[in-house]
Amino acid sequence: MSLKTFAGGIHPPDNKQWSSHKAIEDCPLPAEFIVPLAQHIGAPSVACVEVGQQVSKGDEIGSAKGFVSVPVHAPTSGEVTAVENRPHPWGTSLPAVVIKADGEDRWSTELQPADPSELSPDEIIEKVRLAGVVGMGGAAFPAHVKMSPPPEKKISTLIFNGVECEPYLTADHRMMLEEPERILQGVALLQYVLGAEQVVIGIEANKPDAIALFEKHCAGTPVEVMPLQVKYPQGAEKQLIAAVTGKEVPSGGLPMDIGVAVHNVSTAAAITDAIIHGRPLIERVCTVTGPAIREPKNLRIRIGTPLSHLVEVCGGLVEEPGKIILGGPMMGFTQLGFDVPATRGTSGLLLLRAEDVSSHPESPCIRCARCVQACPINLLPTTIAAYARRDLLAEAAEYCAMDCIECGSCSYVCPSTIPLVQAIRYGKAAILAKKRSTQVS
Amino acid sequence: MLAAILSLGGIGLIAAVALGFAAKKFAVEVDPRELAALEVLPGANCGACGFPGCAGYAKALLAGSIDLNQCPPGGADTVAKLAHILGVEASAATREIAVVLCQGDNRKAQIKYHYLGLEDCTAAQRIADGPKICPGGCVGLGSCLRACPFDAIEMTADGLAVISREKCTGCRKCVAVCPRNVIRMTPYEAAVHVLCNSHDKGALIRKYCQIGCIGCNICKKTIPDAYKIENFLAEVVYEQDAEAAEAISKCPTKCIRDFSVAYPDGSVQLPAGTDKPHAA
Repeated sequence: MSLKTFAGGIHPPDNKQWSSHKAIEDCPLPAEFIVPLAQHIGAPSVACVEVGQQVSKGDEIGSAKGFVSVPVHAPTSGEVTAVENRPHPWGTSLPAVVIKADGEDRWSTELQPADPSELSPDEIIEKVRLAGVVGMGGAAFPAHVKMSPPPEKKISTLIFNGVECEPYLTADHRMMLEEPERILQGVALLQYVLGAEQVVIGIEANKPDAIALFEKHCAGTPVEVMPLQVKYPQGAEKQLIAAVTGKEVPSGGLPMDIGVAVHNVSTAAAITDAIIHGRPLIERVCTVTGPAIREPKNLRIRIGTPLSHLVEVCGGLVEEPGKIILGGPMMGFTQLGFDVPATRGTSGLLLLRAEDVSSHPESPCIRCARCVQACPINLLPTTIAAYARRDLLAEAAEYCAMDCIECGSCSYVCPSTIPLVQAIRYGKAAILAKKRSTQVS
Repeated sequence: MLAAILSLGGIGLIAAVALGFAAKKFAVEVDPRELAALEVLPGANCGACGFPGCAGYAKALLAGSIDLNQCPPGGADTVAKLAHILGVEASAATREIAVVLCQGDNRKAQIKYHYLGLEDCTAAQRIADGPKICPGGCVGLGSCLRACPFDAIEMTADGLAVISREKCTGCRKCVAVCPRNVIRMTPYEAAVHVLCNSHDKGALIRKYCQIGCIGCNICKKTIPDAYKIENFLAEVVYEQDAEAAEAISKCPTKCIRDFSVAYPDGSVQLPAGTDKPHAA
């Protein structure tokens, strides 16, 4: 039987062999933590501690601002040494709380474990929000927002994302192998809150051990384990929905419009921690990998750990890296140096050698249409990019530029190395800016 | 043969009469002053006046809704001619030109990362705020050059935009596309400029640029009237810049330049004699 998948997409070499067999290790604590206040999509949180203040592990150090926002917590106990702008994975300097660890790593006494059977769905959503849980797949969208759809939008299908389609990354894979109970507790909590009838865990076929383990654990429960064909970008929300349900999210719409909600398996585990143990999101699993690192590992890291510390823990560099990427090679953020911290969305730290990074000059489009075949949402990347580069924004919008998910499949397959996704992103930003300026006037 | 000549000639005659009648009957009255005004305008359709092209501007002029001095490319000459056509008093227009307030090219300013993407400053600016460490300097990918309708901008070999004082008409197209606000409009008469656009502190600037303003205050101490310092960045006060040039030799980082003497290093060399201010 052929496995389910979506239309389009690509097959980059997955390179997961570097770390997929390595058990998750606890990363030793660094001396100093840099905790950015902007770690999620939405309004950044606002610092609520002062320099010199003593904090315990799990104390709130940044409060949420608005509905689409979550608080930020202290990753360990220690003293706040600075609240200032620090280099951020997004490439600029953004506000962060710097904490000098005292080595005691003592939990805050205010954390309250709870029995989920005594909580109402609204109480669970509020606890998830206070714990600062965000989507752990990389985009870091606040989880409580996805858990509270408007009442007229009933969620019938709940999908868990165990796809991990980005090459190199194995963090979710190891989580599924080592902590299935923690994930499944979160799955049950989310099903209870959203009242979904159908629950599916989608796992790509390149993780047969995880599929077998979850099939064993889910036998006799309403949770269905669905093996999926290996293809990038299957871990993208809309592509996973297409693969699992065969339904398409309407242009400009959200999964809830067709009664679907998607959460990452690691997010489910974080929700378990938030509800059952009362613990905020201060740690995650991060894959440190790539040919330029001596010893690739899956590490359980605290949020705010500087990348330089992760490199040290993994035995240092083999050679000066040609590219430092936070996240996977397809959609991760290239970094300027090792002084930035890991955030809640840091699923991996990928270190490539100079020889692994190709940099060919751009040449003219040869109309081969490989980008059109690869596009997972059936767009014409070459046409949209050409319009965007000429600032023909109305035409780019007409060709549905705003529906682009920026997965980079088009740039990956382009034999002329045209920076298609960059051009489309430029066009999207320009279209949004134009829309905003016409709304104001 | 004869039939062909007659029939074709006949058709021609009928068509000529019809066209002649239509031309008279359906003629659109155009104010002759509008045509005359359009004749005088530069015809670049650059949009600097805020109207759709020169024809739009000419129409607006006749409607009397706007001032005569809205056409920077035309300059004082055009204003005088328009005033003559419209029979009004010419309002004095000061000629303004655009200047790139930066000398940090790829040799003098350090880069954060090696940029390989689209040849466009705004697109590069979206990636970690641009490839240069300096938050204010010229990105150097030439978006202004492509926007300029008058061919007044050149990129130096080391990636710095330089605007010709003579070719610039002051249409502000480059100002609009620059993502870093490093291009400013300055009076044409002012030839001395502080060529830096970074408000970082001096110690920080020294780390990433050899030729940035460090806010040391020496220029202001030398000629107090001609300079002002805000947020560690000196600026020429263009209303009272008569003696500004005297501070040039005192500037420790050489970021004050007199454009009537020379342009930033290794860039556009203007033909001799074209650099003196116009007697406008």
